[in-house]
Amino acid sequence: MSKALHTHEMRRPARRILSLSRRAARPRTGHAPASALWQAVPMALVFLTFFVVPLAVTVMVSFWEFTQYSIEPAFTFRNYMDVFDGCLSALPDLCTTLATYLSTLKFAFLVWLCTLLVGFTVAYFLAFHVRTLPVQVAFFLLCTIPFWTSVVIRMIAWIPLLGRNGLVNGALIEMGAIDEPLEWLLYSDFTVVLALTHLYVLFMVVPIFNSMMRIDRALVEAAVDSGARGWQVLTNVVVPLSRPGILIGSIFVITIVMGDFLTVGIMGGQQIASIGKSIQTQIQYLQFPIAAANAVVLLLGVLLAISLLLRLVDIRREL
Amino acid sequence: MTIIRPTRRRFLKGAGAVGAAAAFPAPFVNAQERVTLRYLSTAVNQSPGIAARASEELGIDIEYIAVTTDDVARRVITQPNSFDLVDSEYFALPNLVPSGNLMGMDARRIERADQIEPVITQGTVGGEPVGLQGTAPSEVFYLTGQYAQEFASEPTEWITLIPTTYNADTLGIRPDLIDKDITSWASLLDPDFAGKAAILNIPSIGIMDAAMAIEARGDITYGDKGNMTREEIDFTIERLIEAKRNGQFRAFWSNFNESVNLMASGEVVIQSMWSPAVTAVRTQGIPCVYQPLQEGYRAWASGFGLPRTLEGRKLDAAYEFINWFLSGWAGAHLSRQGYYPAILETAREYMEPYEWAYWYEGQPAEQDITAPGGDLMEGAGAVRDGGSYEQRMGAVACWNAVMDENQYMIRKWNEFIAA
Repeated sequence: MSKALHTHEMRRPARRILSLSRRAARPRTGHAPASALWQAVPMALVFLTFFVVPLAVTVMVSFWEFTQYSIEPAFTFRNYMDVFDGCLSALPDLCTTLATYLSTLKFAFLVWLCTLLVGFTVAYFLAFHVRTLPVQVAFFLLCTIPFWTSVVIRMIAWIPLLGRNGLVNGALIEMGAIDEPLEWLLYSDFTVVLALTHLYVLFMVVPIFNSMMRIDRALVEAAVDSGARGWQVLTNVVVPLSRPGILIGSIFVITIVMGDFLTVGIMGGQQIASIGKSIQTQIQYLQFPIAAANAVVLLLGVLLAISLLLRLVDIRREL
Repeated sequence: MTIIRPTRRRFLKGAGAVGAAAAFPAPFVNAQERVTLRYLSTAVNQSPGIAARASEELGIDIEYIAVTTDDVARRVITQPNSFDLVDSEYFALPNLVPSGNLMGMDARRIERADQIEPVITQGTVGGEPVGLQGTAPSEVFYLTGQYAQEFASEPTEWITLIPTTYNADTLGIRPDLIDKDITSWASLLDPDFAGKAAILNIPSIGIMDAAMAIEARGDITYGDKGNMTREEIDFTIERLIEAKRNGQFRAFWSNFNESVNLMASGEVVIQSMWSPAVTAVRTQGIPCVYQPLQEGYRAWASGFGLPRTLEGRKLDAAYEFINWFLSGWAGAHLSRQGYYPAILETAREYMEPYEWAYWYEGQPAEQDITAPGGDLMEGAGAVRDGGSYEQRMGAVACWNAVMDENQYMIRKWNEFIAA
C-alpha cells in the first residue's frame, strides 16, 4: 500500500526516467551487455533464495511420503489423491476440497465486488472532488488509519459491535425494529465479507486513485462540452481509463482473499472452511507433504485467476 | 550534522580503550557464567513467577518459548536443537518418541521420582483405577532405554516426561443463561442450546469431546474414544456434520482467549473449555461453572522432556531445575491456578491450610482465595467445581490422545469444518 502511494507521488519524475531509459534502450536489439546482467544478479539471488528455492521444495515435498513424525523422499501421487479424495465418487455432492474452493471463490467474488464498489467511489471522490494536493494527501492518510493496528485487532473489534449482545443488536432491539437479536450478524458469511472488505478495500482504492489521477482533465471537459451527462462521463471516460487501476486492485484483492484463513476463521467462528485453514491444520499435524500438495493446487488456482486478469491489462505498461 | 573527523589524537584514545578492554576482561566471563535454559511449551504453562523464583534460588535463567499445543510437538520433531527443555503433553509422545529427538530422563537423577502421583505413573487415584482410554500417561511413562524409541510396559529407570501440570477437563457453562441442570456431556449436542454451543477446532481434542457427547447420548459405544477405528471416526464426523447443519454450534475456538471471549460475551452458553479459561471468565464478574458430568472428565497431562543433544552444564542445570520444580514451591504456585502438580505432598508444604482445603479437599474456602498474582479468585465460602482431587481425577474417563488413524481423522475433521 505504502509502495503504491509512493509510486503515485513519484509518478511524474519516474515516468520521465522510464521514458528516457526506454528511448535509450530502443536501438539495442541484441542481447543485453554483461554489465546489465551483473546488475540484475543481486535481485536475481534474492528472488532465487526466497522464492524459487522454497517453491521448488514445496513442489518436491508434495510428492513425498510421510508418517506422523517423519517425511521421506519418494515420488507418489498419494497426497494429491488425498486432496481430491472422493471428488469423483461423491458426485453429485461436492468433495471437501471442491466445496472449500467453491466457498473460497464465492468469498473472493463477493469481496471483490464490495471492495470495487466502495474503492471506486472513494477513489473517485479523492481524485475528482478533492481539489488540492494537500487535502488529497490528508484524506489518503485518513484511509490508512485502520492499518495502524494489527489485522487481528481490526477483526476482533467487530465482535462487540455485531455480537448477540452487541451494539447493533442492542440498538435495533431498543428501536423496536426486531424482537430477537439477529444471529447472522456475527459468525456468518455476511461477517466474513464485511471484515474482508474492511480489511482490503484500500488495496482497491490506491491503484484506482492512481489511474484516475492520470486521466487528463481535458478529456472530462471535452466530454461535458460535447453534451455528456455526469453518468455518461463516468461510464464512457472515467471507467475505461481507470481500468488498469481496477484490474490491479482486483489482482491484489483476489489473491489475498484466496489465501486468507485468519479472517475467515475468526469472523466465521471457525465454522467456514478455507484452503489456508486446511493447510494450516495439516501443517500442525506434521502432514507436510499433503499440505504441500494442497498449496501447489492453491497456487495453480491463483495463477490461473491472475493469468486471466493479466490478459485484460498490460501491467508493465501501466505501472 | 557534525562530521567527526578522525584525528590522530582521537585514534590513539580509541585504540587505548580497546587495548585496555582486551587486557583486563571482566573476570566472571571466564569463571561461572549463568546457565540459561530455553523452555519450550504452550503459553499457559509458562508462569513468569516460576522463572523469577528459579533464577533467584538456583541461578538458572529460564527463557520461555511460547507456542501452541500442536507446535510444541512440531518443534520437537522439526527443530530439536531450538530448546533445552520441553514441556509437552503426554499424548504427543507416540509421535515424539519414535522421532528419536528426546532422551529418557534418568530416574536416579530425579530425587523424588518415586513420589510422583500414581494417577500419572499407574493410572490410579487412591488405589482405584481411572479411565485409560486415549493416550494415558501411565502407558507412555517409561522407555526401554535412555535413547530407546519405544515405550516400556514395566517401570524402568528411563522416564519419558516428568509431570509439570495435569488436570481434568469438562464442559464450561453459563448458569445464568441456562435454566436446566446439566449433568451429561450429551448437553453439548442438546437442541435446546442450538446456536449457543461451541467446541474446539483442535481436531485431536475436539473429536474426543464430541465422542463423549455422542456416546453419552447413547448413539454408540466406542472401543476407545482416544483411538477410534475408521468406522467410528466416520460415524462421529457424520453426527457432527448433522449437528452443524442443524445450527448447533455458534463457533469453534482454537485458543484460550477465543473460548473466554465466546463465554464472556454470551455468544455461547455451553462449550468445551479449559480450567484457567473458566477462571478468566469469572474474574470478569461473569458467572461460569466448570460443570462436573456423570460420564467423567477428559484428562490431560504435560511434563518435562529433554532433547537428545542436551549435555554438559545445560543438562545438569535441567536436572537441577526439574528437581527444584518438584520440591514444592512451583507445585503450590500451579495449584493456585487450578492445575495439579506432579507431587502433592511437597506442594502442600508451600500452601496455607485453607488453600489446601479449597483446592484439594473440596472444602468451602475459609477465606478469600487469591491467584498467585494476588487477584481475588473466589470469595470465602466458595467450593471448587467438581470437588476434591480424588473426586475430580478419580472420575477421569479418557485422556487426550493421538490416534493411530490420525491422518484419516484430520481429513475427516477438515470435511466437517467444510460441511
